[in-house]
Amino acid sequence: MNIVAGVRSYSEVNEEIKTEFLSKNKVTVTDVNGQRYLGCALDVGKTLEIHGTAGNDLAFCLNGGKIMLHGHGQDAVGNTMGGGEIIIHGHTGDALGYGMRDGQIYVRDNVCCRGGIHMKEFRSMKPVLVIGSNAGSFLGEYMAGGTIILLGLGLKRGEKIFGTHCASGMHGGKIFVRGSFPRENLSPNIKAVSITAEDEKELKEYVGKYCHCFEVDFESVMNKSFVKLIPVTSRPYADLYTAN
Amino acid sequence: MLKEGQVRIPSGCAIAAIIDRKGGMINGSEIIKSIALMHDRSNGLGGGFAAYGIYPEHRDEYAFHIFYENAQAHQNCEEFLFKHFNIDVAERIPTKKVDSISNGPDIWRYFGRVNRVRMKNSRLDESEYVVQCVTKVNAAYDGAYIFSSGKNIGCFKAVGYPEDVGEFYMLDRYNAYLWTAHGRFPTNTPGWWGGAHPFNILDWSIVHNGEISSYDTNRRYIEQFGYKCTMQTDTEVITYLFDHLIRHHNLPVNVAADVLTAPEWAEIDRMDSDKKEYFTNLRAIYSGALVNGPFSVILGSNKGLLAINDRLKLRSLTAATKGSRAYFASEESAIRIICPDPEKLWSVSGAEPVFVPLELNEEEDV
Repeated sequence: MNIVAGVRSYSEVNEEIKTEFLSKNKVTVTDVNGQRYLGCALDVGKTLEIHGTAGNDLAFCLNGGKIMLHGHGQDAVGNTMGGGEIIIHGHTGDALGYGMRDGQIYVRDNVCCRGGIHMKEFRSMKPVLVIGSNAGSFLGEYMAGGTIILLGLGLKRGEKIFGTHCASGMHGGKIFVRGSFPRENLSPNIKAVSITAEDEKELKEYVGKYCHCFEVDFESVMNKSFVKLIPVTSRPYADLYTAN
Repeated sequence: MLKEGQVRIPSGCAIAAIIDRKGGMINGSEIIKSIALMHDRSNGLGGGFAAYGIYPEHRDEYAFHIFYENAQAHQNCEEFLFKHFNIDVAERIPTKKVDSISNGPDIWRYFGRVNRVRMKNSRLDESEYVVQCVTKVNAAYDGAYIFSSGKNIGCFKAVGYPEDVGEFYMLDRYNAYLWTAHGRFPTNTPGWWGGAHPFNILDWSIVHNGEISSYDTNRRYIEQFGYKCTMQTDTEVITYLFDHLIRHHNLPVNVAADVLTAPEWAEIDRMDSDKKEYFTNLRAIYSGALVNGPFSVILGSNKGLLAINDRLKLRSLTAATKGSRAYFASEESAIRIICPDPEKLWSVSGAEPVFVPLELNEEEDV
């Protein structure tokens, strides 16, 4: 049985989802119109399938569960998620993967501003964000760890693969960009370097997964070369207020 | 009672707008449906709407909507109004009892033309005369607030959730070619009826999500030109900035938008020489009108609809188009609930104001 969200309040819909998960491992919710916190803290082994426009903080603190969104996401998808997988058959709003600690997010189309803001990694925990089309301004802002992969698929003439202030304050992790990118939009602390054999292995794994999820031809995606954006120093603001 | 920190309030103000570029009419129930979907972004301390084209039978007269806090304010304000304008109609704005809305002021509206003798004696043009009269009432008449003063437009606002405010004013009885709406979550000031959005002067109305960090700079700048900030909240200053730049300085709407959201100097340095000169001039001449802080703002006017975002893009705003209509909302779902299949949908970026002009031809406008 599917849960129909309609224009009901987010708390009511989330309560129903929680109840369903007591006896099931997969729950489907349809006609979603902006309800917040769907799939919040979902555990390992559970899958939530969503049809419609998911509200803010989708999969907040995701705890190993799987989210499949057939539609578009709004702001702060995967906020502080600690593991699991989010697959979005559409685009998302601002602050995608905000403070993400582990797990993977795959977005078929574009993301708005501040994608991957303050992603971080620790030992075996390594978040990964794969974006099919392009990203708005402040991609990877304050990024401390993890991997962002930006594919630039289906860009129209004049569209840029990322907006201004890309990687502003980034001090860890890496951003892989496929094809050409607007150097003027890159923050001063960032350098673009060639990918290593190890990077290529990592890229193939996640790009392969993206292509599998959204039925895209893997070879043609990998045919174009990638560059890696990394911070020059891990302390970009060391001298901002005092020289120390 | 739960203490601060024990209760989570998901917040952030909501704005929404619809325009039909060809001037087709849209019922008030549509904008209510859109703003109602974002219920959780406001906290019941303010909601409001601006509607354009709702008074065709009074299209050449000023429509004044006024809050009166007491009978004395009512009497004093009417005395002033009847002296400075030839008022045809004076009536209470029809409202319906809604449980969640109470303790409101007495709400009146007036339709009228300027008193030409007084206007000539004042040596002001008509718009300036009207603005000065409105400013005078709002600043000097205790308990009376003119919150709407344009022609063929009206603002409707109250302390309450926006969908309740829409029901209170029975907005499903109005049809407009342009609607804006606001759900308020006041942060730095307590909510009151005058502080609800939209803020209006003449045909300009503003709804705003965010905060104006440059408020005092902007207020000091605009008060040099005779405006007075009386509504105890930051947003009204944006309304006066637009009125000043467009009416006094004759700037096109998109240039005025560039003044308010001019790019950072580092970005200007990278521009080609024409653009560099343009933005350098704007920033030099209008430095006091540069608006800083996190905001998304929608300006309604009889020329069209303008949406702007702060330069660092700290508030979300989505735009969409279908046929002759354009839609704006803080959340995508609030657009899709009234327009499920838009032809185009995008996030308004901090660097690019979006202006949707009204394309009425002159004959229709007479």
